[in-house]
Amino acid sequence: MKPLYTPLDWDGERYLTDLGFPGQLPMTRGIYASMYRGRAWSQRQLIGLGAPEDYNKRLQTILQAGASAVSLIPCNSVYRGYDIDQVDPLLLGTCGTMVNTVDDMDVCLRGIPIDRISTALNDPLPFTLLALLLGVAKRRDIPWSKITGTSNQSDFISHFVANHMFFRLSLAGSRRVLVDHIEFTNRHVPGWNPVSVVGQHMQQAGATPAQAMGYTLCTAIQYAEDCIARGLDPDSFLPRFTFFFDVSISFFEEIAKLRAGRRLWPRIVRERLGAKDPRSWRFKFHAQTSGVDLTRQQPLNNIARVTIQAMAALFGGPQSLHTDAYDEVFSTPAEQAARVAVNTQNILRDEAHLADVIDPLGGSYYMESLTDAMEQEIADVIAQIDAAGGMYQAVEKGLVQSRIGESALAFQEQVESGAQKVVGVNAYTVADEAIEHAPIARPDTAVVENQLKRLQAFKAARSQRQVQTALDRLASAANSPDQNVFAGVVEAAIAGATHGEIVACLRRELGFGQPLVIA
Amino acid sequence: MTTPAHARPPKILVTKVGLDGHDRGSRIVAAFLRDAGMEVVYTGPWQEIPVIVKLALEEDVDIIGVSTLATDHRLVPKLIAALRDAGLAHIKVVVGGIVPAEDEPGLLAAGVSRVFHPGAARHEIISEVTRLAAAARSMQSA
Repeated sequence: MKPLYTPLDWDGERYLTDLGFPGQLPMTRGIYASMYRGRAWSQRQLIGLGAPEDYNKRLQTILQAGASAVSLIPCNSVYRGYDIDQVDPLLLGTCGTMVNTVDDMDVCLRGIPIDRISTALNDPLPFTLLALLLGVAKRRDIPWSKITGTSNQSDFISHFVANHMFFRLSLAGSRRVLVDHIEFTNRHVPGWNPVSVVGQHMQQAGATPAQAMGYTLCTAIQYAEDCIARGLDPDSFLPRFTFFFDVSISFFEEIAKLRAGRRLWPRIVRERLGAKDPRSWRFKFHAQTSGVDLTRQQPLNNIARVTIQAMAALFGGPQSLHTDAYDEVFSTPAEQAARVAVNTQNILRDEAHLADVIDPLGGSYYMESLTDAMEQEIADVIAQIDAAGGMYQAVEKGLVQSRIGESALAFQEQVESGAQKVVGVNAYTVADEAIEHAPIARPDTAVVENQLKRLQAFKAARSQRQVQTALDRLASAANSPDQNVFAGVVEAAIAGATHGEIVACLRRELGFGQPLVIA
Repeated sequence: MTTPAHARPPKILVTKVGLDGHDRGSRIVAAFLRDAGMEVVYTGPWQEIPVIVKLALEEDVDIIGVSTLATDHRLVPKLIAALRDAGLAHIKVVVGGIVPAEDEPGLLAAGVSRVFHPGAARHEIISEVTRLAAAARSMQSA
């Protein structure tokens, strides 16, 4: 890094070729002509805790505080593919909401106008939560064409890279179900984004910003190629591809990462995937401030960190943003901390006026030079993956995992040596610090027991015959390449099958993901 | 003839129990304990208690390090009970990761030797693991 950047580092004469105008190629400055002047980013706070009623209460609180979109984080049991009666009750509802059935989803979204507000579900394939949401829409007589939102966590490659396991289904099964899901939503839920390709997991696992962006673009290329191999027109599905990135505290670098990614994507979709529709060129992404940067020591400092991360995100131009609560180093956020997190975005927009001008750092000698350098670094990462035969092969060989592991270790070395200061951890420490956070809110045993009873009652009240028929049809769809597995998932959820039953059925038919490489 | 216990480097099983898969912390700790000359058995996330106990027995480890992020530390008292039932009470258990302050006394009371919070220094973890491994060996041979 130089002490000063000048026109020798970035030449304004390249404005039209390298920057252009927002909404136009090369898209460096933003994917829409008016960006936040036309429509503010969605304030999409991740939430999930306790029973469906607890979730609904917290959702109402943050919507009232200014959040403008819904997100749902299910309990880890759900995440791993199980119903709540299949795991140790000690772990239920502590990090996400216990949601297994259409009834549960209905309670989660009680009083929420799901035809007017977008819903992001943390919902790995086979996308049972979306199936439950579509079941709720059907109950409320809301046409599926009105349902908008995103299947977060649809990127099974990012899970494999960060967690070393295809934890829902085998790789082959995952590839099949993802394309079925894209086809189904394109036809029946056209406002839904079926894919969110995730750089966040990799960066949280230790990837550098350039690695996270490069691997994410490579993953998106593989998913798109699978769709094209199915016979889908790239312009039919690419407009609904979305991305999700981590934003760390390395301020300028993060902004450069997001700008460079936005410039690379249209080139990739045009040159490699044959997209012609400008809507396919838009690099739509959600940003989340990085939890890894937060410290347990002097936790209120985390509010400053999140503010800086959020500023970097906004200068990077996301379509939605989650700001972490300062107490996330202790547990899922307490209510007051969750409110501070939402208000951080409100302050940046309404008091600091950060969003009044589009791409305000565009044209800075430093920012442009850094964006160019970042783009080159990302292109190098992509070239390495291409040389390895694409992202599927690169992760099966363990290449991506070992690179990320090396980066994580290298960063840790910097912290251990003191070369990278972390306030309160290896610099400016205080001897006896008070741990300032609200008591941990965990569902009490009664809430968990009640939810377990509710699941039992749900199972007892439904038509077992209908559920069995639907699960049999799902199994048969899984074995017939000409049928759509996700259509079977939706049908089963509406018939009353639970999340765990649907996942178990597909694990039997399509294979359970097992670790291939521990790198 | 087996190597005398005191001549072997400390042997630690680094694992994650329960439902969470965030393994950056466990992998970093496993790597630097290995670099410090210890013998490290690394399992990856999502292990079940009986599997950990079996592995600890077969590998004859001195210490089990459980990494936690998403409340899985709540299962650790059950792991300690299972170790005791298997006749492995000498094995020391340490926990590292996101553990709320109010949960720490319960873990210590259940038999956890030490809880390392985010920001714990490498040298501190290495020296504590070394000390606990020696204690586990002297208990085992006693």
